[in-house]
Amino acid sequence: MISLLSEPLIQRMLLVGLLVGLAAPVMGTYLVQRRMALLGDGIGHVALAGVAAGWLAGSAAGFAQQDALAIPGAVVFAIAGAVIIERMRARGTGADVVMAILFYGGIASGVLLIGFAGGSNANLLGYLFGSISTVTWMDVWMSVGLAALILIVGLGLRSALFAVTHDQEFARSTGLPVELLNMVVAVLAAITITVAMRVVGVLLVSALMIVPVAIAQLLTRSFSRTMYLAMGLGAALTLTGIWITVFQDLQPGSLIVVLGVILYVIVAAATSFTRRPRS
Amino acid sequence: MPEPTAPRDVPPSLVEARDVRVSLQGTEILHGVSLSAAHGEVVALMGGNGSGKSTFVRTLVGAIPASAGAIELFGAPATAQARARLGYVPQRLTASGGVAATALEVVMSGLLGSRGDSAGVAGRIRGLVPPRDRKERALKALESVGIPDLATRDCARMSGGQQQRVLIARALVRDPELLFLDEPMAGVDLESQVQFAHTIGHLKEHGVGVVIVLHEIGPLARLIDRAVVLEQGCVTYDGPPPKDLGVHALPGHDHEHPHEDPPPPDGGALGLEGP
Repeated sequence: MISLLSEPLIQRMLLVGLLVGLAAPVMGTYLVQRRMALLGDGIGHVALAGVAAGWLAGSAAGFAQQDALAIPGAVVFAIAGAVIIERMRARGTGADVVMAILFYGGIASGVLLIGFAGGSNANLLGYLFGSISTVTWMDVWMSVGLAALILIVGLGLRSALFAVTHDQEFARSTGLPVELLNMVVAVLAAITITVAMRVVGVLLVSALMIVPVAIAQLLTRSFSRTMYLAMGLGAALTLTGIWITVFQDLQPGSLIVVLGVILYVIVAAATSFTRRPRS
Repeated sequence: MPEPTAPRDVPPSLVEARDVRVSLQGTEILHGVSLSAAHGEVVALMGGNGSGKSTFVRTLVGAIPASAGAIELFGAPATAQARARLGYVPQRLTASGGVAATALEVVMSGLLGSRGDSAGVAGRIRGLVPPRDRKERALKALESVGIPDLATRDCARMSGGQQQRVLIARALVRDPELLFLDEPMAGVDLESQVQFAHTIGHLKEHGVGVVIVLHEIGPLARLIDRAVVLEQGCVTYDGPPPKDLGVHALPGHDHEHPHEDPPPPDGGALGLEGP
């Protein structure tokens, strides 16, 4: 079993899983704090259109690996989608309907464009539900860079991002750059989604951001402890899920999310049963 | 209690608002409202529901833009930097988020931003004190409002009075020169009201100007220097506080339509309460 750790593919899968498991709950904590837990779902849909656009661009450019530009395309589209959503949220009028159109348009055009670019159903499923078993060293280094950015900014600006997501009006009265910090949250959430997409796919990407936070909330009543505990849980869930799929022919992304949901139910039942006081 | 700093300059008024008009979603809510407060002066802003009190306070702290009129803070036109020298206590925990937060975390968030200097973006994000000193300052602020033992408690699980004290501590931790409070006594227990009166008295002694939105003067009667009454977006009284206790006793109070609800404000995006 230990010898498997020397396999390059296993190393790549575990490394990407660890990074995503640590980074996703950081941004998930801010989204839950702002009561926008489903934003990840929406941006994931838009990111799929970016995958497809990148795929088309890769085909047109004649790259040997057709999906070489898929992840960069997803990053660009996800950030653009997040910026649009944030601007509409700040404006506060009719945002939900426009967001819904953006999301549905994203996934529908993504599916169509991948078809145009010559992608197969298998390729599509890889992006919808994750395809960590095909991860390359290039993917690993891209994930390392993006995850490092998320962790450095997400943890480094924790106090300011907490202030803005907790009480925007008070934060504005203190002179904090509220609009800038809101945009930082939106853009980092978009980057998180494109990194996590490789592990769990666009349809489950939000779960990796939110489920560890939901479990942590059952166990602690402090913002910072919730964030750190969620990071630990996210890493443990992704590593456990990936490790199980080394031995069992299961879909890693779905397994990770199901493990998270099972853990949530167990912890919720245990805390409800014991009614332990929270500190 | 954090010691309020001595005033840097001595302008005639800490805040001077003249003919302020505010429109929300195309409806004018404030029709030319004026107000001033000097060092050590406690001004009660009173009026029935929907009179525009909260909208006016939110305009003064910069949360809502004024469509016309002039607002001066510390003797100069109100800027973001000048507003950072204010303390602001919203009506309640307006944005208790989806994740639990302790009283200490909430109060420490009051130490971010600038304080009247020309701090750049990085300076404003870094805040007023080094991170290692934030906890100590926040604990002192919680002590000043009488709840140091609740520092690690989740705010969302506190009583209304305890939550209000946390918000006051968050404002006081900045050592404000001028403090705005939006109905701090609403739904607050007697113990918290007494503690609150003590806190306001201490601030007044140290020269801090206080503008406080109230329905009833109650235990603050001896501290209030002036009452300003708003009705339907207009000032109907500005003078000594009434001997009687409630807004209903004040001259200019509309006994025919005392509690009309206002049109919905443009606060939905912020998740905020209306006026």
